[in-house]
Amino acid sequence: MMLESIDLMILGTGALVALSGAMLGTLLVLRGQAMSGDAISHAIVLGIVVAWMLTGARAGPIVVGGAALAGLVAVIGAQALSRSGLMGHDAAIGLVFPAMFALGVLLINLNARNLHLDIDTVLLGEIGFVWLHTVPVLGVELPVAGVTLAVVGAVNAVFLLMFWKEQKLAAFDPGLAAALGFRPQAMGMALLALTSATAVASFDAVGVVLFLAFLIVPAVTGRLIAGSVLGIMAIAVVSGVVSVGVGYGAAVRWDVSIGGSMALATGLGLALALALSPRSGVVAALIRARAIELEGLVATLLTHLAAHEGTEAQAEECTPEALVDHLGWSETRAGKVVLEALDRGVIHRAGAELELTEAGWALARAAAERIDRRLALTMAAKEAARDMAQDVARDTGRDTGRDTARGPHG
Amino acid sequence: MLNPTLITVIMAATVIGALAGALGTFLVLRGQSLLGEVISHAALPGVVGGFLASGGRDMSAILGGALISGALAGLVVQVLRRGAGVKADAALGTVLSLFFAAGVVLLSIAQLQPGAAGLTVFLFGQAASVLRADLLPMVLVALGVVSVLTLFWKEFQLITFDREAAEVQGLPVVALETLLTVLIAITIVLGLALAGVVLMVAMLIAPAVAARQWVRSLGAMVALAGLFGVISGASGALLSAMGDGVATGPVMVLMAMAVTSLSLLLAPERGVLARWRRQMGARRALRGRQVLAALDGLSRDHRDPEYTSDEAMLDAYLGTNAGPVLSRLQKGGFIRAAAPVAPEIQGRRWELTGAGLERLHGRDSGDGAQGGDRGDDA
Repeated sequence: MMLESIDLMILGTGALVALSGAMLGTLLVLRGQAMSGDAISHAIVLGIVVAWMLTGARAGPIVVGGAALAGLVAVIGAQALSRSGLMGHDAAIGLVFPAMFALGVLLINLNARNLHLDIDTVLLGEIGFVWLHTVPVLGVELPVAGVTLAVVGAVNAVFLLMFWKEQKLAAFDPGLAAALGFRPQAMGMALLALTSATAVASFDAVGVVLFLAFLIVPAVTGRLIAGSVLGIMAIAVVSGVVSVGVGYGAAVRWDVSIGGSMALATGLGLALALALSPRSGVVAALIRARAIELEGLVATLLTHLAAHEGTEAQAEECTPEALVDHLGWSETRAGKVVLEALDRGVIHRAGAELELTEAGWALARAAAERIDRRLALTMAAKEAARDMAQDVARDTGRDTGRDTARGPHG
Repeated sequence: MLNPTLITVIMAATVIGALAGALGTFLVLRGQSLLGEVISHAALPGVVGGFLASGGRDMSAILGGALISGALAGLVVQVLRRGAGVKADAALGTVLSLFFAAGVVLLSIAQLQPGAAGLTVFLFGQAASVLRADLLPMVLVALGVVSVLTLFWKEFQLITFDREAAEVQGLPVVALETLLTVLIAITIVLGLALAGVVLMVAMLIAPAVAARQWVRSLGAMVALAGLFGVISGASGALLSAMGDGVATGPVMVLMAMAVTSLSLLLAPERGVLARWRRQMGARRALRGRQVLAALDGLSRDHRDPEYTSDEAMLDAYLGTNAGPVLSRLQKGGFIRAAAPVAPEIQGRRWELTGAGLERLHGRDSGDGAQGGDRGDDA
């Protein structure tokens, strides 16, 4: 069978982590609860250990359920602590999950001999070895971790399909959601419970901290690019799944940690989005800034020409050289601005001189009017402020008698 | 039992605990606990990078690397937030997980080299990894941090409590904030070998939250948080050294959590128990007033100042057994038992005394006001 190849098992498991992470992470990021994901991913360690101590099982529905409960306890506990007013919300998160995590690690330490679970695995996962534990499904040997993830992922997908509009509304306008009876609180809790369950299902593969990368980073990537929830989620899913492939390739190529490499690869998507996103990317911002700058320079050119056209100085001022000499522009800048203005048809060449066209005159007049109006408004505002200051001075003078006593101008 | 190794460990834990508590105070008061979390996780690639660059377990290279990557993480958080408009929590989570992932990748590279086995102690901290030779530099750095803290005490105090006032006074607020964050990062990095990257931040937060419950001034809070840090650090290091193969970080953190839990429970003003007692007192005072008002109202309704109310009727009025409240009020002299109207009628009857009337209508001066009114503030 094709699926029995190790590479496909690893890639499939990773892709399932990315899929669930992206779906839930999108909503968490939109709700501003990304750090709850952090708290959950640490707190489930305690749940996993306790579930193991009670049942002896390391995987399966009981462990997933029990550990997911621990994640919920952490979030609810942090909420309760911060609502008590004894500490800020950040400190509450920062207290609860380290406590649960520390207890979990301690229990692992103390049970190290009988528990086949070392701390490094919990933290970092062992996706490279998912093929060691397989179960037959429909006659195909599939990795246990992958099957668990597939089940959890299916639950996530069904949940999102059922409560799509409720989740969306709760993320953007909890007040309205509550008023319409959509129970945003319950929606939030359900989301956190599913996040916990997904974190538990993922920890075998990528460990608790790296799961956080798949939860948050693709969602933030989507947020930078898309403007709708569905768009964000789609980009998050694609970026997460591609990261798994890229990360695995890099890990094999350079012989490094597979989970770490996959998680780090999500950062590539983010970096790309930061650079190239048409909405909030650095490049787009640069292009916009350049356009705005050019717009201002063209306006300056028009104002300059309008001020001197028809005056004695026209022959001297209305030339490209004057832009360099009088306005202090560099020659390249002057050339670029003149070309741009020529392209737009707001100026034309008249021998060595530059002259405004009809369109250019209209723009220059409009700009002049705008400047005049602003000037008038500024003057009026200044006058009003001066009057007010005088009134205040007069009033205080009257009240205390100090200013009048000092001199005739009081 | 107290061998030299153990003494070294305890001394290191003491220094780290004191420093973490003191600096953690600022982290908690400024609401930046999660930034601390990010800095400490993000130190991992620096730790491994320092190891790779120096080619061995050179403490200063490792800690220097940790400091650089921690600072870089803080910077990237700022870029994501200010530059790309990513929400604070998403920016923190992004940076934390990506830096940690980079650390994991570097760790897998480093593990191919000899001597790298010791690197994993930075995940959870191992007290035994602190050598005697590390102690002096540790103390010196700690002293440096403390002296900078003392030097800029007033400025740090102002930017912590009233950022605007600091700006108005012309203080270089951003520079001071950066300096404070750098001090915090140094503290985190210094404690990594003991507490580990995953848990170090708890050593800053927990003592500070605990101290906040007992005191109100910044100076006292810093001192007390430092003390709590020393207690939890030293006891945690001692306990973990006794256990075989027990990582130090978790034990230190759990000791700190114990101190914090006790403080949250027992602190005299803000503590949960004190609050609960105040609430009980307030509830009792309210019950007492209810009974007095009921007695007064009944006598008005009957247009009879001498009217005595039947206890069963008061029970019905309050919806519960009025007996305990009545006997408390009687002890206080606010009501008195009246003679039965007729010998065959069972049950006691009650009437207000002068003191009771005054208590009901006069200015609040009785013990009821003590618990009731003060209980609700923040």
